[in-house]
Amino acid sequence: MTTQNGKIRLATAWLGGCSGCHMSFLDLNEKLIDLAGRAELVYSPIADAKVFPANVDVTLVEGAVANVDHEELAHQIRANSRIVVSFGDCAVTGNVTSLRNRLGVDDLLTAVYREGPGQAPRGGEADRVMPRLLPRVLPLHQVVRVDAFLPGCPPDPERIWAAVSALLDGRPVELEPKLRTFGA
Amino acid sequence: MDTVITLTLNGEMVSARADQTLLDIIREQKISLPTLCHMDGLSERGGCRLCAVEVQGAPRPMAACVTPVSEGMVVRTHTPELEAYRRMVLELLLAERNHICAICVTNGHCELQWAAAQAGVTSVRYAYLHPDLPMDASHGRFVLDHNRCILCTRCVRVCDEVEGAHTWDLAGRGIQARVITDLSRPWGASPSCTSCGKCVQVCPTGALFAKGATVAEMTKEHDFVSWIIRGRTKREWVW
Repeated sequence: MTTQNGKIRLATAWLGGCSGCHMSFLDLNEKLIDLAGRAELVYSPIADAKVFPANVDVTLVEGAVANVDHEELAHQIRANSRIVVSFGDCAVTGNVTSLRNRLGVDDLLTAVYREGPGQAPRGGEADRVMPRLLPRVLPLHQVVRVDAFLPGCPPDPERIWAAVSALLDGRPVELEPKLRTFGA
Repeated sequence: MDTVITLTLNGEMVSARADQTLLDIIREQKISLPTLCHMDGLSERGGCRLCAVEVQGAPRPMAACVTPVSEGMVVRTHTPELEAYRRMVLELLLAERNHICAICVTNGHCELQWAAAQAGVTSVRYAYLHPDLPMDASHGRFVLDHNRCILCTRCVRVCDEVEGAHTWDLAGRGIQARVITDLSRPWGASPSCTSCGKCVQVCPTGALFAKGATVAEMTKEHDFVSWIIRGRTKREWVW
């Protein structure tokens, strides 16, 4: 599946993460120009698209699945993408986002907000402003099928390029050991 | 122990002394085999199971570190089944406690992190347990973080066998097992601890670290164990 101009349709998405993976993606610097010649960015926090489109070739997903909005977007991404990549440790392992899992949602909101200054968000229940938090933060592959993993917090540009260039060439993502450690 | 044993290792005939283990021979042959509980100079535990190898005729994989060589053994170290088991072991270790590499004191220097990357673990198939585990920061110089402990017992063994204090031990069983100091009193209140820091240095993960170290700052030095053991047993002090 490619666009009429022969470019692959690339998307990136941002679930429960800090956007550091996207920052690292922008640190591809001049390689972004190569990438722009071979891929069309059809959905991304850094592109102006409101709805996840159909017929996407590759989607890089940053962040863990922490609330019902993330869960819904994860399913939309899976239904409309040929290849889904867990992009960075939060998507791959849950990482920092999952640190709250040892607490229940209600205890978490009490510990962070209700016992602190100011007004606490509701969060534990659905309202029209904030999506309901899931009982446990999950890595992406425990919510939808994932085709490739790109670990790192954030994955440095060298890792991102190793994975993205393989995907552009239609090769599987097979990172060498030093490029696939969690964390570093 | 001058008896020479002959065995087949990955299709090659090799000789060994009768008092050697399979792991000794595998290392002598420069075959790369992952280990986490093994530490040169300490007694073997056979706990991590990463060094499990296939011994022809044996009903299950055998931990190379605790399997003595024997005449005519046929051993394979890297079959697809063994490599799959090693990935399972590493994924189970990563799922059992809270190994968040990105915020760990040993990020980039951790033996578990590197063993997982080398074995090809890029995600964990099991549900993360996220247990609610404490830290013990009562000691003046060191910190114990149960979240990152894999129960390899290197700390227990180095404290008992090299330092001679036996401050560390294990309490509880199975998934409830924890390393403890002095019958589970706070480390800082331990009368037997000499504050030598050997346990911290041999710990493969960020479970034991020097107080004040922050993310990725904690590096560890293992070679002293072999130096001390060699000095004691052979009176050779070389490093």
